Amino acid sequence: MKYLKIIIQIFVLYAFCWIGTVLVEWLHIPLPGSIIGLLLLLGCLLSGIMPAKFVKEGAGFLLPILTLLFIPVTVGIMNYPELLSGYGVILIVIVTISTLITLVLTGKLARKMEGNAHGRD
Amino acid sequence: MVAISFIALTVGIFMLMTWLYKRSGISFLFPILTSTIVLIVLLALAHIPYDTYMEGGKFINWLLGPAVVAMAYPLYTQWDTIMKNRKIILSCVGVAMLAGMLTVLLMAWIMKLEDAVMLSYLPKSITSPVALQISAMIGGIPQFTVFFVIVAGIVGAICGPLCYRLFNIDTPVSRGVSMGSASHGIGVSKLTEYGEQTLSIGSVSMTLSAILGAVLCPFVAWLLF
Repeated sequence: MKYLKIIIQIFVLYAFCWIGTVLVEWLHIPLPGSIIGLLLLLGCLLSGIMPAKFVKEGAGFLLPILTLLFIPVTVGIMNYPELLSGYGVILIVIVTISTLITLVLTGKLARKMEGNAHGRD
Repeated sequence: MVAISFIALTVGIFMLMTWLYKRSGISFLFPILTSTIVLIVLLALAHIPYDTYMEGGKFINWLLGPAVVAMAYPLYTQWDTIMKNRKIILSCVGVAMLAGMLTVLLMAWIMKLEDAVMLSYLPKSITSPVALQISAMIGGIPQFTVFFVIVAGIVGAICGPLCYRLFNIDTPVSRGVSMGSASHGIGVSKLTEYGEQTLSIGSVSMTLSAILGAVLCPFVAWLLF
């Protein structure tokens, strides 16, 4: 029964994704269909058009296994052996530096804004 | 039959690697990283081409769309916390997105990398299912993007705690928003160690970052290339 519920709810989520994809094609929106689906679902949940219990189990099943879901794509790296060479190391170093700068800059900015808004704690 | 065996192999290896990661507590043993390496090595040893593997892999891949849509659910349950901190979250997610793209483009330009690689870099701080779609849309190489996304996530998860200490990033909001917008889901999963509030701000920032990136990346790509 529980698994049936999860499967049905995944189809509900898929329907939102599908509607998003159709809208993107129709209206030529430069966004992935899944993001439009996300916004549509959020709108339906917040406005109460759709009760949260209709997607709760499906979301609870999919979100924790999100990392598993993209393994088939990451395995696709095998078609690009140059990523694992010296050239790949340069690419990795660039991502690493950029990520660290972003992390620290954003953290400091958020901390500063908080301090201004609520006073130091 | 081929499809089912590849699905079973992927899920099986992932479960084994998750167990190993939790058991060992070593940050470098991230299940995505280790499962991918094990699968590639196995396929290479057995001389199975990627396309054959994807006969089964595509069914797992099919769930990515619904999984992205499912991110609306935590956004809905944490709506009050988001609204309370909306100014900080919104501006920081925006700054993070711009800082990430500018630094990466600058370094790629200095290193004289080709356009397709630069485009693949743009969505690197966004959760992979969305990053993938953006990359394909703007003319990047999706596999490169996924690779960059994973690296960005792992760097955040491993170096985040050290950065927090060195730079006095010591509140749930500042920790959550920086990790969520720089290192998406992989980084955010590390935030469980900092408590519920930090975690929720982190996942919200990750989702907002994905939405913002989906708008900004095509715009920047159109502007520069």
